[in-house]
Amino acid sequence: MQIPAPFDYVRASSVDNALALLDRHGAESRVVAGGHSLLPMMKLRLARPDWLIDINDLFELDYLLVDKDVLRIGAMTRHTTLLESDDIKRLFPIITDAERVIADPIVRNRGTIGGSLCQADPAEDLSTVCHVLEAMAVVRGPAGERMLSMADFHRGPYETAVAQNELLIEVRIPIRTGSSSAYEKVERRVGDWAVAAAGASVSLDSAGTISRVAVGLTAVGLDRNVTEVEAVLVGQAPTEELFTEAGRLASLACDPLADQRGPIDYKRHLADELTRRVVRAACRRAAASVSEITI
Amino acid sequence: MQISMTINGTFVTREIEPRVLLVHFIRDDLRLTGTHWGCDTTNCGTCVVLMDGQPVKSCTVLAAMADGHAITTVEGLANGATLDPVQQGFMEEHGLQCGFCTPGMMLTARALLDHNPHPEPLEIREAISGQICRCTGYATIVRSIQWAAEHPVGATTETTDEEVHA
Repeated sequence: MQIPAPFDYVRASSVDNALALLDRHGAESRVVAGGHSLLPMMKLRLARPDWLIDINDLFELDYLLVDKDVLRIGAMTRHTTLLESDDIKRLFPIITDAERVIADPIVRNRGTIGGSLCQADPAEDLSTVCHVLEAMAVVRGPAGERMLSMADFHRGPYETAVAQNELLIEVRIPIRTGSSSAYEKVERRVGDWAVAAAGASVSLDSAGTISRVAVGLTAVGLDRNVTEVEAVLVGQAPTEELFTEAGRLASLACDPLADQRGPIDYKRHLADELTRRVVRAACRRAAASVSEITI
Repeated sequence: MQISMTINGTFVTREIEPRVLLVHFIRDDLRLTGTHWGCDTTNCGTCVVLMDGQPVKSCTVLAAMADGHAITTVEGLANGATLDPVQQGFMEEHGLQCGFCTPGMMLTARALLDHNPHPEPLEIREAISGQICRCTGYATIVRSIQWAAEHPVGATTETTDEEVHA
């Protein structure tokens, strides 16, 4: 039987209250949102906080807002809400693609975008998604708010720039015209972590040329976007040869480990194939949004 | 700490340790053993209960986190002697073999049909994809849920009479 070590539990009533509680209880306190990463770690005694600060009552952080040219997502927005949102499907289909394969439908009822990003698991999908969408993380602490790029927010496996007395409160994603995106993952079964996954975001200009592209990989040892792909694709018209080259560059850039989910060469093969597919899908979706272009 | 919640329509208050998981609170404190405790790792879904109408895996929710919420367990599905259409469907279409996964499967089915009264077979498969039937009786589970969708008020009186006389 897996039971967490003893702790004290307190429910935060507002963001300010959560920050005050973090400040009061110090280094041995942890925030719990959906709890589907932290509670399993506590059950295995990999995490042993003295204080658990439950932020599930912070409905003020559960929202999706299109605010001019930015989509603002509250940190407590559940995966199910993201998956079912028409705004997300229209603006950022990469999020819909990813949410469909994050954990399972029941876990998605509890898990939150803020929790996923703060857990920063190397096989976690939304970190890659936010990297390629050039999202900004809004972090609040006693000294006020700061905005971090994903590169600054995500420090590495299980590590973020959020300090002990701070809270991630919002994710902001820039909305660009002529743009679209896609995500694809290979997993052994529903609910398992990715063997490998890839995400892409593409902008096309009015002539149908790629004006911006970002490609990211999940679970294959790369914490950054595959910048090598950007250098080759920008300024080109999307073609099958270009997608193949993107895949080749991604498979070279990644650094997977062999584990029970597969050997290194298989994971490199997946990085290649999945990159081709998501760049192709993102280009097609972007072209469909600029009706005169066909690919 | 003291927690209160509504379980199957009944308000309960108990003194618990904060580390008690919802599944153990339901089974050991409330003695409602219809909710099963399986893998303990959020994989199998036999511990699924409804929290404010949404299925959750109760091995990965603290009882303290359910404080103030409404929980439905398998014991709360039937309305007195009248089975929920989902329960009736599992009988009609042989939706269980050993029965271990059944409470979680039926609660997920109830939530699915509340949200989407006429699901496609693929939508049913997707809804139960976070749950494991180790007898591998998935085809009959899907048919049971379809039966429930086709009979939103359960079996007709006629059928019940036939069964009584049979």
